[in-house]
Amino acid sequence: MNEKPSTIWVLGDDIDTDIIIPTQYLALPTIEAMKPYAFSPLREDLASNVQEGDVLVAGKNFGCGSSREQAPEIIKALGIKAVIAKSFARIFFRNAINNGLLLIEHSDLHDVVKEGDSLTIERNQSISYNGMDYPITPLPNNLLEIIEEGGLVNAMRKRNGRKPLT
Amino acid sequence: MGMTIAEKIIARASGVSSVKAGDIHTVSLDRIMTNDGTTHLTIDMFYNQLKNPTIADPSKVVFIIDHNIPADNPKTAASHKKMRDFARNYHIDFWEGKGVCHQLMMEHYVTPGEFIFGADSHTCTYGALGAFGTGVGCTDLLYALVTGTSWVLVPETIRFHLKGNLPKGVYPRDLMLTIIGEIGANGANYQVMEFTGEGASNFSINDRMVLCNLAVEAGAKTAIFEPDEKTIAYLNTHGNRIPKAMLKSDPDAHYVREYTFDLSTIQPVVARPDFVDDVIPVKEVGEVFIDEAFVGSCNNGRIDELRVSANLLKGKKIPEHMRFIIAPASNQVYLQALEEGLIDIFMESGAMVVNSNCSVCWGGCQGVIGENEVLISTGTRNFKGRAGDPSSKIYLASAETVTASALAGKIITADDYKHTL
Repeated sequence: MNEKPSTIWVLGDDIDTDIIIPTQYLALPTIEAMKPYAFSPLREDLASNVQEGDVLVAGKNFGCGSSREQAPEIIKALGIKAVIAKSFARIFFRNAINNGLLLIEHSDLHDVVKEGDSLTIERNQSISYNGMDYPITPLPNNLLEIIEEGGLVNAMRKRNGRKPLT
Repeated sequence: MGMTIAEKIIARASGVSSVKAGDIHTVSLDRIMTNDGTTHLTIDMFYNQLKNPTIADPSKVVFIIDHNIPADNPKTAASHKKMRDFARNYHIDFWEGKGVCHQLMMEHYVTPGEFIFGADSHTCTYGALGAFGTGVGCTDLLYALVTGTSWVLVPETIRFHLKGNLPKGVYPRDLMLTIIGEIGANGANYQVMEFTGEGASNFSINDRMVLCNLAVEAGAKTAIFEPDEKTIAYLNTHGNRIPKAMLKSDPDAHYVREYTFDLSTIQPVVARPDFVDDVIPVKEVGEVFIDEAFVGSCNNGRIDELRVSANLLKGKKIPEHMRFIIAPASNQVYLQALEEGLIDIFMESGAMVVNSNCSVCWGGCQGVIGENEVLISTGTRNFKGRAGDPSSKIYLASAETVTASALAGKIITADDYKHTL
C-alpha cells in the first residue's frame, strides 16, 4: 500500500507536557481553543504552520512530566499523524494510545532526519526516509486497533456495535 | 524465582499467585484518586460517551480540588462545580482546599499493599507507605472508575541501595535530585525504583515521600519502600488505618539494575533550568540572582521542610525585591506549623503564607513569574515556562537552600549564607 509522505518537524530530547500545552492554557474550554498554544514555549511557529499529516520526530523521553491528557489530544487535533521518538514517557504513551495518536519508537531516525524533509510510514512495518528503509518494532494488534479506531472509547464503542464519536 | 514488593502488589491486585516483569495483568484497583487538573474531562466523557455510565465502587474513589483553589476565574469555578456535583451524586469522597491531593491521600487513605491509580503523575508518592501508586490520564481513569479495573504491564524493578546517613544540612530532596541527575530524566522509564538498605529504613515517612514523589521525574512508573514499624506508626497516628498487606521483596527477587548511594557523600544540589536531571552542587552554580522563592508542593511542603525553613528565617527579613511564597502541603501541616509558631516566623520575615494547594509548583494560579524572572523552588519540576513566562527560569532545591537563597537574593547554600552574617 502506498502511504502519503509526511513533512517532518524535528524536536529535541525531553519534550515535556508543559511544552506541549502550558498550564496557563489548560483552562481554555476546548482543545480547539488550546491548539494555537501547543509547543509555544519552545516553538511558537509550530502550531500555526503544521499541516494535516505532518509528523514530529523527537529525541528521548518525549511526553515526560504531567499526566495531562490534553497533551496527546492537542497533538492529534493539530493533524499530526504520528510522533516518532527515541523513547516515550510512560504516562504519555498510555494517554496517546487512549486518544488514538500513533507513536513510533525508533532509536536512529532522530539523528538523521532534517526538518522540512518528508518521510513515509508503512503501517506497522517501516519508515522510509531519503531512499532508506528504517524498520520499526510493530505495535501489538490490540494497541494498533485502539489507535486506528481513534482511541480507547471509540474502540470500545465499535466493539459494542455503536457509532464512533467524532 | 522470588518477587519484588511491586510484583507482589500486582499479583495480589490481579488475584494470581505470581507475576513477572513483562507480563500484562488486569488489576482490581484498591483506590482511585483524581483532582481538578483533569476530572472535568473525565466527567464529560462519563456523561457523553458511555452507554451505561456507572461507577464500579464509589467507596474506592476520591475527588480532590487542589490545583486551582480557591477558583481564580469563572471557567475554573465551573469545572470545580462539575466535580462537586458529581461527587455528591455518586457519593464520592470529596476534598476541596484541604491540601495537595497526594498529601491528603497519604494522611487519610493509602495503606501498604494497595494498588492505586491517580490522575496525576506524582501518584508514585504512595510508595512511601509500601503501596503501588501510579499516574494515569483521564481516559484510563474513566475506565478504572467504570469497571474498577485496568490493565498493567508488570514493570521491571531497579534497586537503590542507600548506605549510611545524610550529612547535616543535606536533605532527602538533595539525595533524590542527585539520583535523578545520575540516572537521567528517563533513567527509570516504565520501571519501579525500590529503595532499600539502612539509609532507607532510617528515613521517616516524610523523607520517603520526598524520594518516591520525584520518581516520575526519572520516568518511573512508581517508587516504593518496604513497609516497617515506621509505616505502622504513621498509619496509627493518621486515623488508625489497617494495612492491606505488609509485603517485602524476596531475597531472590530479580532487579534489572542495582545502584548504591553512600548518603554521607551527598551535598546540597540544584536542578538547573529547564531539566530536572540537570543537577549540580549549589556551590558550583555561580552567581544567580533570583526574584521569587517557593517552599511547598507534594514533594516538599510538609512540616519537616517548614521547620527547616523557619529555623533559618527566624528573626531575619526577606529583601524588599524578593517574593517568598510558602504553601503548607495540607491543612494538617498548616495547623501544626501554626501551633509551633512557624507561621509567625514566616509572616514576620515578610514571606507570603498561602492556602494549602499546588500553588507555584503548578504555575496555574499563584506566584506566576514574569519575563526573564528567576524562581528557586521546592516544587516538582523546572520545565520551560512551567511557572509562567516561557523566558523565566526555575531552579529546584531543598527547603533550606531555597530559604537561604530567598534571604540572600541569590542562590546560595544555607552554610555559605550563615557565613555572610
